[in-house]
Amino acid sequence: MNIKSRNVWRARIVFVSLLAFTACSSTGDTDEGADAEQNGAGSGATNTATSSPDSGGGQLTQEEIRAQSALRQTVFYFEFDIAEFKPADRDTLAYHARDLAANPNKRIRLEGHADERGTREYNLALGERRANGILNYLIVNGAARSQIEMVSYGEERPAQSGQMESAYSSNRRVEIVAR
Amino acid sequence: MNIRAFLVLTCLWSAFAQAELSIQITQGVDNPIPIAIVPFAWEGDGVLSEDVDQIVMDDLQQVGEFRALSPGNMLSLPNEEREVFFRDWRVLAQDYLLVGKINRAPGSQLVQVQYEFFDINRELKLAGEILTGSVTQLRDIGHEISNVVFELVTGTRGAFTTQILYIVSEQSTAGQTVFRLEKADYDGQRAQVLLESNEPIMSPSWSPNGEDIAYVSFETSLPRIYTQNIATGQRRQITNYPNINSSPVWSPDGTRLAMVLSKDGSPDIYVQDLLNNELIRVTDHPAIDTEPAWSKDGQSIVFMSDRTGQPQIYQMEVGASSFNVERLTYDCFQCMKGQFLPDGVNMVHVRRETRQSPNYQIAVLNIETLRVITLTNTSLDESPSVAPNGSMIMYATKFGGRGVLDAVSIDGRVKFRLPSLNGDVREPAWSPFFN
Repeated sequence: MNIKSRNVWRARIVFVSLLAFTACSSTGDTDEGADAEQNGAGSGATNTATSSPDSGGGQLTQEEIRAQSALRQTVFYFEFDIAEFKPADRDTLAYHARDLAANPNKRIRLEGHADERGTREYNLALGERRANGILNYLIVNGAARSQIEMVSYGEERPAQSGQMESAYSSNRRVEIVAR
Repeated sequence: MNIRAFLVLTCLWSAFAQAELSIQITQGVDNPIPIAIVPFAWEGDGVLSEDVDQIVMDDLQQVGEFRALSPGNMLSLPNEEREVFFRDWRVLAQDYLLVGKINRAPGSQLVQVQYEFFDINRELKLAGEILTGSVTQLRDIGHEISNVVFELVTGTRGAFTTQILYIVSEQSTAGQTVFRLEKADYDGQRAQVLLESNEPIMSPSWSPNGEDIAYVSFETSLPRIYTQNIATGQRRQITNYPNINSSPVWSPDGTRLAMVLSKDGSPDIYVQDLLNNELIRVTDHPAIDTEPAWSKDGQSIVFMSDRTGQPQIYQMEVGASSFNVERLTYDCFQCMKGQFLPDGVNMVHVRRETRQSPNYQIAVLNIETLRVITLTNTSLDESPSVAPNGSMIMYATKFGGRGVLDAVSIDGRVKFRLPSLNGDVREPAWSPFFN
């Protein structure tokens, strides 16, 4: 699977998640776990994600619970050699974007990471490409560019050490860090 | 013989790192050259801190082309020419003989190392001289003798007095990761910390005269390029552009730094003039362009780009149109981190042959014949750096779950390893010749 260049990525920002649904259906062990957790937290949110959170009085509480739950997920995992975030994370990221839009004084930092395979400089660039994808998605969904700082650590700050797939899959990530 | 250079250099080793490296030979040649190195006599008082003949023996065996005779098998132990009987060495099938002795220099704290080097078959003295220095310079003197011997036998200039930069990361007792930029002799001895940080340090590189270094430090929480003078320790922040600032590499004339900046959206190759800070953009492509390396003449830059979907190595002239790019690699799934050897024809790189097996190995591509020689057989090899005489390539790999530095000869026949006692060691950068 080719890593899409940033410009192509930008142009296809709406389509990527649809494509990725079919393209990235199999995930690693740790990713499965992360997906399950995220899906559990946001179950049923898929269809309401685009509706306004303050639309109905009866739904508000439930929507708030969903939002809080989504905002607790701050680490997003990636497939090997892939820069696009997983389609399952789309709704959660949209909650983060709306949270930023609703709180203009809030500042976050997006920290991109890669696993250790491949050269360090390429992984530095790959971490940035991953963070960029999320950055653009947050902006499209209402966050302001000035609220977000972005940095790539490449493979320099692994979440887990070791040369096994479980370590690799937990290291391929973008973290949202409050500032 | 440049002992003055030794004096200048060794005065700088004020602080020694705890985590020294020590060499293991992991693979040698089939028919190494037999050489007898007789233990040097010490004619002064007390015990010397360094074993000069052992240093020479280690040097010559580490590069794999020599096999030293064990002193226990020697028939005589000469220390100077008049004590040498060639038949003693011919019956032991030795090709070369090194003898020497060390004296206290009259009326000073300095020591004098006298050595003589012989071709046994031709019964000929090839070299001999007296080197003077302080006791702390005995390692330098040993490496200098190795240089003389290596060049006389192989015809190639020895690189035993060169040094390496590398990065170490280590868990502190508080559970925090500590990053260090260190400098050591080529064999890992006399390691010295040049920079320590709680934030990552990357991409160390040498200026062409070996007096300055450049690297990337995240000390401000963002990756920025710095230079540092080795003698004075004086640092200068070179860049403060948005996003990635990385991969600083000095031009062969030392006036410019090639680097990677993603300030305009995606990582591209730039060249910054170190005198007037003028910045030239070299590549302009929305894909990732990174890992610049200069051609020998300083006219063009080799770099990695994933513009076709996967990393491949390209070359273009500095200042040329961004369409004027030549692709150098085709027959690998990923080819990365290209760098020309001193011959300007062979290019060392990191190679992943197929999509199916994510093994990254060090290989050399001849860009005229397109012949590829893969030099390593481990799976996480990266950051190749070439010795200034072109004879060896040092690179980072994993051993026992930790980052270690390995070196391999340019023909792949000889390997040695510099294992670390502590932490992950990576990103070796082999120095130029210092004189």
